[in-house]
Amino acid sequence: MRRAALIAVPYAWLLALFLIPFAVVFKISLSDIALAIPPYTPTAKDGIWNILSQLDFENFVFLTEDDLYWKAYLSSLQIAAISTVLTLLIGYPMAYAMARAPEAWRPTLLMLVILPFWTSFLIRVYAWVGILSNEGFLNQFLLWLGVIDSPLTILNTPTAVYIGIVYTYLPFMILPIYSALDRLDGSLIEAAEDLGCSRLKAFWLITIPLSKNGIIAGSFLVFIPALGEFVIPSLLGGSGTLMIGKVLFEEFFSNRDWPVASAVAVILLLILVIPLVLFQRNQQRQTEAGA
Amino acid sequence: MAETVFAPWDDADEKPLIRFRNVTKRFGEFVAIDDLTLDIYEREFFALLGPSGCGKTTMMRMLAGFEDPTEGAIELAGQNIAGVPANKRAVNMMFQSYALFPHLSIWDNIAFGLRRESSDKAAIAARVEEMLKLTRLEKFARRKPHQISGGQRQRVALARSLAKAPKLLLLDEPLGALDAKLREATQFELMDIQEKTGTTFVIVTHDQEEAMTVASRVAVMDEGRVMQVATPTDIYEAPNSAYVADFIGDVTLIAGTAKARSAPEDTAPVQEAEAQTIPEPTRAPQPNALGIWLHDKVLAPVIGARKDIVRQLPPPTVQDMPKPETPPGGVEITWAEGQPALIALDGDQTFDGHAVKLALRPEKVTISKDKPQAVNALQGKVIDIAYLGNLSTYHVELADGTMIKAQTANTRRVARRDITWEDPVWVSWSGTAGVVLNT
Repeated sequence: MRRAALIAVPYAWLLALFLIPFAVVFKISLSDIALAIPPYTPTAKDGIWNILSQLDFENFVFLTEDDLYWKAYLSSLQIAAISTVLTLLIGYPMAYAMARAPEAWRPTLLMLVILPFWTSFLIRVYAWVGILSNEGFLNQFLLWLGVIDSPLTILNTPTAVYIGIVYTYLPFMILPIYSALDRLDGSLIEAAEDLGCSRLKAFWLITIPLSKNGIIAGSFLVFIPALGEFVIPSLLGGSGTLMIGKVLFEEFFSNRDWPVASAVAVILLLILVIPLVLFQRNQQRQTEAGA
Repeated sequence: MAETVFAPWDDADEKPLIRFRNVTKRFGEFVAIDDLTLDIYEREFFALLGPSGCGKTTMMRMLAGFEDPTEGAIELAGQNIAGVPANKRAVNMMFQSYALFPHLSIWDNIAFGLRRESSDKAAIAARVEEMLKLTRLEKFARRKPHQISGGQRQRVALARSLAKAPKLLLLDEPLGALDAKLREATQFELMDIQEKTGTTFVIVTHDQEEAMTVASRVAVMDEGRVMQVATPTDIYEAPNSAYVADFIGDVTLIAGTAKARSAPEDTAPVQEAEAQTIPEPTRAPQPNALGIWLHDKVLAPVIGARKDIVRQLPPPTVQDMPKPETPPGGVEITWAEGQPALIALDGDQTFDGHAVKLALRPEKVTISKDKPQAVNALQGKVIDIAYLGNLSTYHVELADGTMIKAQTANTRRVARRDITWEDPVWVSWSGTAGVVLNT
């Protein structure tokens, strides 16, 4: 009885804050646009039977007719995938250096990785506008060094979006990899060397496979939010960058087409379910291996 | 018989496999190894024994190539190996934690080293199978390290480190993680494998019993220095310092001043002892009529005719006879007011006048209720009895407060033990039981 009550709490939480909102969004995606408040029909006032009889999939059909949406989904997937790889390439050496650092330094280094979270995410992304703009710090610095003659255009290009995503999600990559490397027994590397491996070979054959779970976890933690990212492309990417988060925002606020925006959101969720399930399975396997 | 005894360290022509030559290792201010010189021979099972922090692990890591000596040279088969990285040495190590690769199967763990130097799949497979057989792990080849028991993991680690047939195998506390019963069985297995493969083993351990069991020679270390290198018997029976005596096994140390005793004369009293009349051996029980009949009827066709001899018990040994007068020689140690000087017939006479310690192993001290016929006999009171199952150790306090440990085998049931707490007793030992050590 007690156990059931205990388990009921997280389930009630999920029901109230995830399943019910999703059901609402799904219902709106099946509705029609209307000049009303709320801007769709049918609404709850019409009674259950009316609602059910008026629902249809025409918004989803519309998404397939306009290639804007397909392009936005594909471009989002591409940007999220490339950013994940970039984050991994930058995050892995950082996590490795942290795990190899003297014991006394590690809490400080860990703190430094987490420190940016103390400032609002929005403000940090705005700060990049100041850094990356034509008159920004980066261009001024490069001009001063004499590396370039005229300012580089970085802001409002995909490059700026990659910089923004890598910067924002780097801690999510570093932390799981760090925790995997931290647990790695140093004598395994010595054993590999003792058995004839060079340092590099030992890294490739032992360290990488044994931090695989951290790499997978980190990659999902970056890929999943990056796919639906809205703030970074709209602040740093300008009009040229097509990402589904931005499309969704525009449908919702600019066009006030709630049903289409909801349909976009439902599809995005379906796309995300695949990596989420894979992530879940990886976590589960990791716990089993640990036990 | 003498040729078959394995003792290359006594042979001046034998070239050592490993030579430590004036090796010093410092970590900052800390001296881990202090000017150490040591030879280890081929096919030896050499134990480095010492308390934690004595430098034994540092020595092993220098052999493996994980540390370089600060000063001095380490030679392996005549070549200085300083600067040769670990992956280029014909030395393999079995790690204390076993360091098995958790993402690889047992088979792949053992094949790991072989794959680094050869791409001949068939040869690797053959060698791995051979190793699996040697360590009786055939059934577990496909399992991952976390799916087997601690004892099996230990064998995988051994198989993996032996797979490349190294000139030298280093074992860092190889049995530390096993429980007592398994440890004992594994010790004999290790010795067996060492003999079969003919590899030189260097084992690091803090467990003196383990070192004594497996090793052909033991180096007792303390604070970066080797205190004594000798066979287990010599280390135990003839320690060269109070430290070694105290570190190995149980010992009572009695401090005193040595005084040389008169040297044995030519008219050796030993000969007198031999000349003593040995009483006629008494006759042993003879077979009775039924036994003779049975032998003739039943056994004769199988084992031959009955030999009609008069069986006799062996003559009583000299120990059974009344104790002869204490032979001369050795030293005597004055150690306390009003107590008789202790006689050590093997004591070095050059200790004359010096402060020394007499080391006495508890099992060489006899405890009795009546005054015994012995060279050294002291009176005391039983303070404590440590019951170890097969043995009991008695802590006997002498009149001046000195504690002496005496050990006896529990051949009787405890309930019938005739000595108990607070009993006045005699402790005694022979003239050759104690070892006189410089303090």
